[in-house]
Amino acid sequence: MKHILSVLVENNPGVLTRIAGLFSRRGFNIDSLAVGMTENSSVSRMTIVVEGDERYLEQLNKQLHKLVDVIKISDITRDAYVDRELVLIKVSADAARRAEIMQLVDIFRARIVDVSPKTLTIEITGNDGKIIAFEDSLRPFGIKELVRTGKIAMLRGKKASTKNHTNKEEEES
Amino acid sequence: MEITVAEALIRCLEQENVEIIFGYPGGAILPVYDALNKTVIKHVLVRHEQGAAHMADGYARVTGKVGVCLATSGPGATNLVTGIANAYMDSVPMVVITGQVSTSMVGTDAFQEVDITGITIPITKHNYLVKEPEQLPAIVKKAFLLASSGRPGPVLIDLPKDVAQAKIDFKYPKKVGLPGYKPTVKGHTAMVQQAARIMCRSQRPVIYAGGGVRIAGAAPELLQLAETICAPVTHTLMGLGSFPGDHHLFLGMLGLHGTRYANQAVTECDCLIAVGARFDDRVVTKISGFAPTAKIIHIDIDPAEIGKNVITQLPIVGDVKNVLRAILPHLQKKENTAWMERIRRLKEGMPLRYKQDGALKPQFVIEKLNEYKEDSAIVVTDVGQHQMWAAQYMRFNEPRSFISSGGLGAMGFCLPAAIGAQLGAPDRQVIMVVGDGGIQMTMQELGTAAEQRLPLKIFILNNNRLGMVRQLQEFYCESRYIAVDFNFNPDFAELGRIYGMEGHTVETPEQLLAILPQVLSSASPVIVNCIIDREEDVLPMVLDGSNIDEAIG
Ligand SMILES: Cc1ncc(C[n+]2csc(CCOP(=O)(O)OP(=O)(O)O)c2C)c(N)n1
Repeated sequence: MKHILSVLVENNPGVLTRIAGLFSRRGFNIDSLAVGMTENSSVSRMTIVVEGDERYLEQLNKQLHKLVDVIKISDITRDAYVDRELVLIKVSADAARRAEIMQLVDIFRARIVDVSPKTLTIEITGNDGKIIAFEDSLRPFGIKELVRTGKIAMLRGKKASTKNHTNKEEEES
Repeated sequence: MEITVAEALIRCLEQENVEIIFGYPGGAILPVYDALNKTVIKHVLVRHEQGAAHMADGYARVTGKVGVCLATSGPGATNLVTGIANAYMDSVPMVVITGQVSTSMVGTDAFQEVDITGITIPITKHNYLVKEPEQLPAIVKKAFLLASSGRPGPVLIDLPKDVAQAKIDFKYPKKVGLPGYKPTVKGHTAMVQQAARIMCRSQRPVIYAGGGVRIAGAAPELLQLAETICAPVTHTLMGLGSFPGDHHLFLGMLGLHGTRYANQAVTECDCLIAVGARFDDRVVTKISGFAPTAKIIHIDIDPAEIGKNVITQLPIVGDVKNVLRAILPHLQKKENTAWMERIRRLKEGMPLRYKQDGALKPQFVIEKLNEYKEDSAIVVTDVGQHQMWAAQYMRFNEPRSFISSGGLGAMGFCLPAAIGAQLGAPDRQVIMVVGDGGIQMTMQELGTAAEQRLPLKIFILNNNRLGMVRQLQEFYCESRYIAVDFNFNPDFAELGRIYGMEGHTVETPEQLLAILPQVLSSASPVIVNCIIDREEDVLPMVLDGSNIDEAIG
């Protein structure tokens, strides 16, 4: 099962290396990782998508907790959350097929951000399902390049996971 | 008052009550050495930085305090790496300080620049590169806090030369913020009660004690627990010393080279109480058949150890001493008469044994050392067969009296660790049990030992080969021996004399017995070169893929 971990870390130099190193060293696979500053400049948030069973996730969680720079980890997979990913796709588009592509762009509420005689560059944001569907519909035209930001996610409603981090609590108990 | 960061560093170490630093100088660390001119802290000049790290490690294991070592950038720092990894694997509190090239040069492949913080991420609890002079005091404070609390471990501070030379207004902070660091000390109340219930109900309990008992200073609580619920105690290599070796509940070491009765008891028990241990692969040789009929209670300060190797029914995260103290009031005294009888029969029926045939047997050497050593002696081993024999045949009644490289299994550990131990405990007898291979990995530190006038008692179990690897080749490579024999070894007794020590060579049991009382009662340092039977195997031995109760030999 895919899990979305929302990880608050101290914004110290090397923190990304520590986290990436831990994943590779202990044989955990990252599906995607997005990182950026939070509303507090000394704290960054990483949204990490990983796949694995309960035991795997538990070990990963605990190992991440051992990193001194990690302030808080929330596995928000089972909570109500909104998630988004931004993808840029450069697709072959000669004059004959351009209209067809633009129709798809409309249907998926994507945006054309660059045009050249032979290609269109399209920006789309959304959740996994939408992005995969869009990618599938463009594939027949010839995708020349694709860049994804990695998923970011946030809990729905008034709950915030940045505030009052009660930190590394006794999770076992 | 403004002082340099290097001076501030030394003030910080004084504030942390550091008494001794093990180190080796160089260019990038020059300012720190200059500042060492103005302190009461003793500096021990080693012969190789690996030695400095192992000395700090041995010192920390014996005293329970944070060991401190110091080296320059580049090769100085990389030479520390084995020692840092060793401390990390055995959870030893250590602060490592390295010089670094000046900040403007960092990242340019400057002379003697290595990214030591990058290199040591996987082998430190945490590390710091000091970029701003003002950060230093708080970083040192954090380093000592991290190294010594929770599950202890090494913390490295990398200090660029220009930062060390900068001036700051020095104040040592009383408190520092580590928002991501809050070790759980107290066990969860409901779990504690449930553990007590399981222990009370158990009819065949066994306690499996690891290094966490020593670290937490929980030997008295362990003894009380064992006696209250009448549970025999087996220990890991790291746990040796935490339970009195002459106690009727003592089972000795378990696992790969454990006693047959300890392994059998674990296999038959209905409740296994793991205390400050981590179910590593030297203990749990095969997961599926380990303690198959037991409810497992696992007490450890590191939540990541819970469920990592073995699934346990009842985990309690917390400081071992704290948790045991919480459990004890819930227990009633019980006898487990049938189980005690079974244990007695197991011990009688499958004792540790070896053949006496006139040659000098390594097990005999250890038995005699055990007999003649002082009660409070500290025994330090290297890695190999001699280490296992020492763990099997030595008996201790005090914690912090057996020191060995467990997790990393780093040959070369013994001599420098013994130097650190002796400096940490000047009044205790320090006995080294080391192989002819391992001593040659760090024997340059004989110079350090001589300079510090340490009365080390060095027993080289000399088989003129890498005994443990020979044994592995015997069992796993159908005795196709390769690269395990030394066709040249120095005369180790003479080597001792060169360094101003006594030197003896013994080849028979009689020769050993003739010198042992004198050697162990004299105040002078000594090397005893024991020419032992070269073919001896460490037995029992659990072969790859077998359960612990299926040992051979
Ligand atoms: C630094 C290092 N290199 C290699 C090994 C692998 N190794 C484990 S035991 C051993 C042989 C040790 O020989 P010796 O020191 O003579 O002790 P003995 O086993 O003969 O008692 C070796 C090479 C190790 N543990 N550490």
